[in-house]
Amino acid sequence: MTIVDPLVTAAEVRARAAEEVRLQRRERIGLVLRKPSFMIGLLITAFWTACALFGSAIAPRDPAAQDLIGKLKNPTWKHWFGTDNLGRDVLSRVIVGARLILFVAFGATVVAAIVGTVIGLVAGYFKGMVDEVLMRIADVFMAIPTIVLALLITATVSSKSMLIVMFIIALVFTPIIARTVRASVLGEAELDYVSAARLRTEKTPHILFKEVLPNILPSLLVEFTVRLGYAIFAIATLSFLGAGSGPDSPDWGTQVATHYPFLNGLNWSATVFPALAIASLAIGVNLMQDALTEAFER
Amino acid sequence: MKRFLLRRLVLALVTLFMLSLLVFFATHLLPGNVGQKILGNFADRDAVKQLNHELGTDRPIPTQYASWLSHTLRGDFGQSTSYNVPVSERLRPALGHSAKLAIFAFLLVVPTSIFGGAVAALRRGKLIDRVVTIGGLSAAVIPEFVWAVLFILIFGVKLKWLPVSATAPDGASVITQYRYLLLPALCLVMVLFGYIARITRAGVVEALDADYTRTARLKGLANRAVVRRHVLRNALMPTIAVTATQIGYLIGGLVAVETIFNYQGFGLLLLQSVRQRDFPMLQSAVLITGVIFVLTTLAADLLYTLLNPRIRQAVLK
Repeated sequence: MTIVDPLVTAAEVRARAAEEVRLQRRERIGLVLRKPSFMIGLLITAFWTACALFGSAIAPRDPAAQDLIGKLKNPTWKHWFGTDNLGRDVLSRVIVGARLILFVAFGATVVAAIVGTVIGLVAGYFKGMVDEVLMRIADVFMAIPTIVLALLITATVSSKSMLIVMFIIALVFTPIIARTVRASVLGEAELDYVSAARLRTEKTPHILFKEVLPNILPSLLVEFTVRLGYAIFAIATLSFLGAGSGPDSPDWGTQVATHYPFLNGLNWSATVFPALAIASLAIGVNLMQDALTEAFER
Repeated sequence: MKRFLLRRLVLALVTLFMLSLLVFFATHLLPGNVGQKILGNFADRDAVKQLNHELGTDRPIPTQYASWLSHTLRGDFGQSTSYNVPVSERLRPALGHSAKLAIFAFLLVVPTSIFGGAVAALRRGKLIDRVVTIGGLSAAVIPEFVWAVLFILIFGVKLKWLPVSATAPDGASVITQYRYLLLPALCLVMVLFGYIARITRAGVVEALDADYTRTARLKGLANRAVVRRHVLRNALMPTIAVTATQIGYLIGGLVAVETIFNYQGFGLLLLQSVRQRDFPMLQSAVLITGVIFVLTTLAADLLYTLLNPRIRQAVLK
């Protein structure tokens, strides 16, 4: 507890408080960065992000070039990850495939985080009817597994596209993120700084986005990484089930779906490498999430 | 306390009602026509019209919803458009098969994950703790179908220990049947283990730090008795709640696992109804999924209340 000198101006108090918050935050970020599990997760995720951004430049071969004579080969010196059912280079397709899953997962989570934050802030701050309705909607979305709900909607829309998958996942995640944000806002709204801001007759949007939002940012960040992990899980499964992109897409889930019937002695590499790619990305994001949760939520 | 239980019950009913709205209107999202969707874009116009009339899909939407809901509540799920049999005739055996697989998976995962979580908590910060928490959670984020292909390759194709299809030949003994179910169940176990173990660990850690545990130790109780009588008994309550919520989510995993292992269960039926645009079947399947989730979470809440002596006393008073 610091004793506030009555002669200190309000601006100074605010500056000191900001400095304190910054120090605390730096300390926590330092805590996160010192965790080896976080760094491993970051490295894995960064590797796949690089593949997503510069995939076609990194890929050793043309991921679409077919060679029907040399199809379904297990790894050789020429094709490190072997070839698929049309003789395409699996390594190149795994590298290029990172783009689809990361783009869709990231896009869906960002959209859901933005919309969900706004809804959660409003619901938590005003409470009442808005809040009640929002919670009931979140209940329903949580009652059906994301995969099942997404399958229901893709059957209705009757067209396959990764954009639809992205939209569905954003739709499902929005009320869930809104609920997390709401819970944090409920805690914050009771605090003195909110009453102080109200007494200063600050406008509500200012209080919500300038006063409350920065304080719940850590839990929002944790929730974002949690959702990103779930999104990767759901997108991979949906594309494996054929709800995402077409059969020619280099998407990882699609590659596994196309090639697992060949596991029985014929070829293992065209299934296993995309499967391991999914596993490594999921673990990478999860390791980061775990370290962030530990640093910010305790 | 009674008010709390009543509120939980009412909320469950509200969720179920909204669920029925969601399931019904999700299939009417687009201004399309159902007959056309089933028959395809190049179908004869009269045939589409006829089918729409037979299905009742030419009536106003609120009327359709009311009639669908009243039939569903009476257990009439309608006629499957792809098999031309009542939906329930397909759903019932499929649900039975899935329940068998799911229960088997739970029998494997609940004891192992509770044991793993408890050991991790008792050896907090040690290597075994790291292995259970980080390893368990890493395993949980890998989709079931990825585990499935890896298990098939290792245990089915390379080592030839286990069959790669889930359905045992007719007349197989019970043990053989479960041998066939072992790989699919393991895929579900991998995803569930981490969550349950982590919740158990958190519960045990909290109980270990609690005052009553310190008191029990200070009065000279043996470590084993402290853990068994004071720590575990208190720590396992959140575990029950989490385990129950996983039952609903398990159905999402069943879709992929049953597809890979070609097991005629609820998940495979759901996927087939998506692929064949069998809307009566799909609606029923999704609705049942939601009902299972709502009922299991409700049951978990009640169980939690009954097991917690403090809450139970309050209810009885």
